Amino acid sequence: MNDIVFRIGGEGGEGVISTGELLTRALARADYEIYTFRTYPAEIKGGHANFQVRVSDRLLLSQGDKLDVLLAFNQEAYDRHFKFLKVNGVLLYDSDSFSTPPGINSCIGYGVPLTKIAVEQIGLKFSKNIIALGVLSELFNIPLEKFEGLISEKFKKKGEEVYTKNIQALEAGFDYAAQHVKKVDSYRLEPVTHKRDVVVMTGNEAMALGAVAAGLKVYAGYPITPATDIMEWLARELPKVGGVVVQTEDEIAAIGTVLGASFAGKKAMTATAGPGLSLMTEFLGLATMTEIPCVVIDCQRGGPSTGLPTKTEQGDLNLALYGGHGDSPRVVIALTSVADCFQGIIRAINIAEEYQMPVIVLSDQYLAHRMASVERSNFESVEIKERLRPTPAQLAGYKRYALTETGVSPMAIPGDVGGFYTATGLEHDEAAELSFESQNHEIMTEKRHRKLRMLEKTSNEAAKVYGLEQPEIAIIGWGSSEGVIREAVERAQEEKMPVGALHPKLLKPFPTQRVQTFLKKAKVLIIPEINFTGQFASLLRAHVSFEPIAQLNKCGGLPFAPEEILAKIKEVRKHG
Amino acid sequence: MAEIPLETYKTDVHPVWCPGCGDFGVLSALYKAMHALQLDPTKMVFVSGIGCSGRLPAYVKAYGFHVVHGRTLPVSMGVKLANPELTVIAVGGDGDGFAIGGGHIPHAARRNLDITYIIMDNETYGLTKGQVSPTSQIGHTSGSTPYGNVEAPINPIAFAITYGATFVARAYSGKPKELVDLIVKAVQHEGFAFIDAISPCITFYDTYKMIPKKLASVPETHNVKDKAEAFKLALDTEHLYMGLFYLESRPTFEESVMATVHRAESKGMPKFDDILTAYR
Repeated sequence: MNDIVFRIGGEGGEGVISTGELLTRALARADYEIYTFRTYPAEIKGGHANFQVRVSDRLLLSQGDKLDVLLAFNQEAYDRHFKFLKVNGVLLYDSDSFSTPPGINSCIGYGVPLTKIAVEQIGLKFSKNIIALGVLSELFNIPLEKFEGLISEKFKKKGEEVYTKNIQALEAGFDYAAQHVKKVDSYRLEPVTHKRDVVVMTGNEAMALGAVAAGLKVYAGYPITPATDIMEWLARELPKVGGVVVQTEDEIAAIGTVLGASFAGKKAMTATAGPGLSLMTEFLGLATMTEIPCVVIDCQRGGPSTGLPTKTEQGDLNLALYGGHGDSPRVVIALTSVADCFQGIIRAINIAEEYQMPVIVLSDQYLAHRMASVERSNFESVEIKERLRPTPAQLAGYKRYALTETGVSPMAIPGDVGGFYTATGLEHDEAAELSFESQNHEIMTEKRHRKLRMLEKTSNEAAKVYGLEQPEIAIIGWGSSEGVIREAVERAQEEKMPVGALHPKLLKPFPTQRVQTFLKKAKVLIIPEINFTGQFASLLRAHVSFEPIAQLNKCGGLPFAPEEILAKIKEVRKHG
Repeated sequence: MAEIPLETYKTDVHPVWCPGCGDFGVLSALYKAMHALQLDPTKMVFVSGIGCSGRLPAYVKAYGFHVVHGRTLPVSMGVKLANPELTVIAVGGDGDGFAIGGGHIPHAARRNLDITYIIMDNETYGLTKGQVSPTSQIGHTSGSTPYGNVEAPINPIAFAITYGATFVARAYSGKPKELVDLIVKAVQHEGFAFIDAISPCITFYDTYKMIPKKLASVPETHNVKDKAEAFKLALDTEHLYMGLFYLESRPTFEESVMATVHRAESKGMPKFDDILTAYR
């Protein structure tokens, strides 16, 4: 079976990430399925960076468990990652950068003088990255022409010399491996026979693309890791379809700009991380109160405070659900995969527009920056919703917050003749006139919550089940852990365990009915979360009465591996 | 086209302001300025913050957005980015503009956002019953400074000029004719027009007797394009000058942003498939 996990480690700022990306794209162009995982230092230069790519000829659901191949550019990379290498895994290292590593006997080690070839043969120190790709190509049967194509696209625009040097480097690596490395491992990628029409993108890219597809016209944001590249992508692409991007002075201004633009009739969005979402909470209350559509993406990272800016965590669920004053209904959506980043952001913008309320979209660093191959068909047949607008008859004697069955009222925008109203954070009546009467506040509060109730059906239907529909051992996770959990369930089922996983997409409103049905025959419920306290477990307990719950929490800045979930399944089964 | 009568701009909502509040003067001047310019209220948006002045949009028959404290300017920017054709007037008090919202003025000014921003400056927090504000004088006693204010006040005019506002003026609610005239010019100005409208709080800090003593018109000889000269007038401690201090012409934010959009669009709308293909 073709299933190899590669990890590349080295000095931050020296091209580890771009090397990993080239490897990833070359594999995808050779029609393999890919799934990447990266961590990088918070510093711009220096620090340690690594990039992992798993490759297979079948659907990949996670970054995998242990490493099959470790490419170590320096001693630190070896020290950090060797322990993750499988017994009989391949250690490929720069023999000029550090001496024969002590663990060499428990793995298959190939030392290649990457630096020496780079300096003496190519005359370019950083070409060791490309040389290494040549080595990988030869050792593991990755088609060389895929690398050549990518190098041509990447370097030709930088001049003929740069391009030629890189091609030379690639070939030098390939030739060195062919002549000097005696291959004794058994890893070899067999060519994929079925052609696939896929694209390779990160979660953030898929989200930005989805936003454009959904009709986004105004984006306002403030730079923050790991959300910044959403703004950069849109700054490049949104003007091409008539949209605008503005980098505001802070996150408060970003959400303020979004609300102003949406009030004036355009689909608007911002993206941030936890610290930024904290700043936006007052405005989110205004969005709820004035019933103005808006979407806020939170690419979660380790917290609280500045925390671990470049590491992943699922720690902002409570903030997304409850961060705000007053009874403040909003929708919370958790994205689950790169493919879902595209579909999920469209769902978010559609819901915001249709229900005229804030939608918070939770992603995280793990999902934001991982690349995955996604079938082109995932990007087709997109349904776009628009906000309810008043008819000419409704504009005569216009009531902005008219009470309706769904709670949704026709929204006038500046320029509509007769649609005058003042949107205000103060409590108001149907006609948008201020009212502090107790009965009115009850009616309007209920109206705003009614819209959320209308979404319960959507929430129940959107949740997906993997494995048994009504399992004995139940798992409910959320967000970016979907694939990892699904892979663990598949492996557990292969071992005949009575297991199934439910993965909700909307967390607010909570898919209560769906969860209840799913848990009907369950003897135990595992809730895996990348946080310390179990924020989702608390949310579930508020909606569903079920015991025992086995929480599986970790908060070290890294995602789950399928093994960890599988181990928990086995543990509860044994003690269950 | 038939003339839009003055009454068209008024709603029947009765202002909550105390009798004698300077804000009545500002509101009345706004009606007159809108009438003088024959503005189409359907294409106008009043954005306000929190404080007594924040209630103003409800009293004008136009679109209004009464936002959170201190954030009129980002919201105004959003409105203008969504629809540059709209006339946007942001209003707020000195607390809303210079305290909680002080971080936004520099950016609206340097961007040259094409809006009018009127600060109804009464040197106090009226809605919370009288505490010091960023424009209160040293020594001012209030609910929060029973032993006297120890913080130096900011200079709104110098502040606005420093950060690049392209129209900077001061007015007084007690001089309605001049106020109307300045609002008319501010709305006509293409760019960020800032008016520090002195609007006394009759209940918590009555300056009706104090202000006229210091009031003086900006000298007729003043060259409004001379920034150094404008600063001199702004920093004058003897007189409280009223009128247009500074005027500059440079492209508005919306113009520049839309030019970028048009440049990008002129290369032809990208096909969705082509964007995807770049990710092969």
